[in-house]
Amino acid sequence: MAGNNGAVVRDEREIAAEQFARNYAKAPVVLSASHVSKAFKLPTEQATGLKQAFINWTRGIKGYKMQQVLKDISFEVHQGEFFGIVGRNGGGKSTLLKLISQIYYPEHGEIHVSGKLVPFIELGVGFNPELTGRENVYLNGALLGFTTEQIDAMYDDIVEFAELGEFMDQKLKNYSSGMQVRLAFSVAIKAQGDILVLDEVLAVGDEAFQRKCSDFFTEIKKDPTKTVILVTHDMGSVKKYCTRAMMIADGEVVAMGDPESVSQKYTLANLEAERKLEKERQDARGGYPNGLNERCPLLRTVACEQKVYTADDTFRFYVEYQFDEPGDFYLAIALHDIRRGGITYDTGAKVLRMKRHGHQKVYFEMPLNLFNDGEFRLVTSLRTPSPTNPDFADMVAVAIESNACTFVIRDPHCRDSYALLNDSALTITPENADEVEVVPPRSAAKK
Amino acid sequence: MTKMVETLRARYGYALVVLRGLVKTDFRLRYQGSFLGIAWSVLKPLMLFCVMYVVFAKFLRMSDGTPTYPVVLLLGISSWQFVTESAGVGLRSVVDRGDLLRKIHFPNYIVVVSATMGALISYAINLVVVLVFALFSGVQFTWRVALLPLSIIELYAVTLGLTLIMATMYVYFRDIAHIWEVLQQLIFYAMPIIYPLSYVTDRGGLLATLARLELLNPIAQSIQDIRHNFIAPETQPTVWNQFDNWALRLLPVVLTVIILVLGVYLFRRNSKRFAEVM
Repeated sequence: MAGNNGAVVRDEREIAAEQFARNYAKAPVVLSASHVSKAFKLPTEQATGLKQAFINWTRGIKGYKMQQVLKDISFEVHQGEFFGIVGRNGGGKSTLLKLISQIYYPEHGEIHVSGKLVPFIELGVGFNPELTGRENVYLNGALLGFTTEQIDAMYDDIVEFAELGEFMDQKLKNYSSGMQVRLAFSVAIKAQGDILVLDEVLAVGDEAFQRKCSDFFTEIKKDPTKTVILVTHDMGSVKKYCTRAMMIADGEVVAMGDPESVSQKYTLANLEAERKLEKERQDARGGYPNGLNERCPLLRTVACEQKVYTADDTFRFYVEYQFDEPGDFYLAIALHDIRRGGITYDTGAKVLRMKRHGHQKVYFEMPLNLFNDGEFRLVTSLRTPSPTNPDFADMVAVAIESNACTFVIRDPHCRDSYALLNDSALTITPENADEVEVVPPRSAAKK
Repeated sequence: MTKMVETLRARYGYALVVLRGLVKTDFRLRYQGSFLGIAWSVLKPLMLFCVMYVVFAKFLRMSDGTPTYPVVLLLGISSWQFVTESAGVGLRSVVDRGDLLRKIHFPNYIVVVSATMGALISYAINLVVVLVFALFSGVQFTWRVALLPLSIIELYAVTLGLTLIMATMYVYFRDIAHIWEVLQQLIFYAMPIIYPLSYVTDRGGLLATLARLELLNPIAQSIQDIRHNFIAPETQPTVWNQFDNWALRLLPVVLTVIILVLGVYLFRRNSKRFAEVM
């Protein structure tokens, strides 16, 4: 009965948190950035001495070029929000974080922070291997701006969270690396700041510790007085914890809003970048793209529509080829699961016989209603009958890399993207209804 | 009044907390792993003094003819050691603590101040040792000892200013560390520390007149003041009893203020970019 009660209270708190997420704009602004720009000097000369500086000066060499890292960034974070910042490597996330933490100063624009901001650009700043765990906690705390009395107050919490009670009077150099990270992380999240700034620190510790951190984030999300700013590559944690997210690319805000749509945009941008890279590589090779040759100079698989698909959609695509040799030839199409690995489906080598030679476009479609969320790739190969084995066809060319077709399924009803197949594709039912009660999953209930 | 304390605390409270943390850590780590531990902080100056005493007072017979000269010598050398230690550690402090500056926002002058504080602690211990020596040598203390803190503050101010200037330059030009090493020797011998000023002035002539100008160097002046006020008011020449012109008398103090203000100004102007430059 007591447990039941607890569940009800928990639900209420969750609902409150959800409501808050919608009403975040009513809370006061605790962090605001307006038109923030930042450029760095990238040295082109090795000038760290007076002599070189003098030589450069006499020759009129500047010795550096400017690199614009952030361009006119504006955003506001309200009290109680769990704000995610995502973006590809080199997009300016970390620079923005350092600007927020006042380690760097913006060239143009302003950043306003109200309340105590505790930054964690890196864990365990100032940790010294020669000091004991306890001394390190106090030093780290002092660097974060806490007085001895304040640290006294949170010390027990920190030690308990890190599960290092008996080791606190050992020198840090005698700790295992996992223990060090645990201690640092505990200081980070037990530190009583108003705004926590975290830079990809979620991936530390063993599974049990990660679960603890996850619980902590869920907990802090419900606290309307604490604001968290999280920079990460992990879309899972963005969707799980964040109330709002922002995506930065090439120093500009390209998306801002609910975590779901921002993370979708991020996923698409990543695929786009991958494709671009492959195209560059192919251009560099000069001749035929990887997988193609003079017999078959063109073979590619293209989606009819560039978008994020849901399980209700039918995926339509075409295969474009150029093949002029007389005789039978086939297309074989394989569906690869990028994240989970493995080949989800294959048409077989001698199934799709092409009726037309020359430069052609052939349209296909495929239902997606069996799948959970995932990233998939269609790889098409062009084959001619094998002279030795009548059941087989030899591969002439294959459409890989930029010629392959990649698509993403993000279904709002997807309960859990861990498994490949969704509930409508496969269910496991009890033989005897007296023994098992089938409780419909929560998302299915919403449906 | 309480409001002023509040504002001061709000402004410098954090800096103070960090400073305390850094100084404590440095001090704790200084004699890390040695058997005698913290006892070294007293033992080391004591033993060094014994060496210097034997070399300068007994072998070289360097003296101005007064019985207190060995103590005066020790006091001068330990004062100078304070300057070299804080400048030597302090000028590298911003770069050495770059790791911190790049990851956390805190008033970065603290790293320089904490380096000079470390030196100041050693200096304080040395002064106690000097006091013991002075008591053994039968030094007659006068009311002027009350002026000692003023002189020490002046020495600290000029050292801090110098360290701030060099620490700022060191971020951009590492050469400054080597330049300082040479400069340090020059300054040392251009001050009446291991030789009494009378050694030079007694010879007469142009050089003697020039030698008196040594006292216009704020470091020399404050060290002479410290010796004068602490141990030997009778024998130590200072800017106050060597010059009649008030403009000249006040010159070292004015220089001290200029160096400190310049140091603070330069450091503040550049400190925002330290994290990026390193």
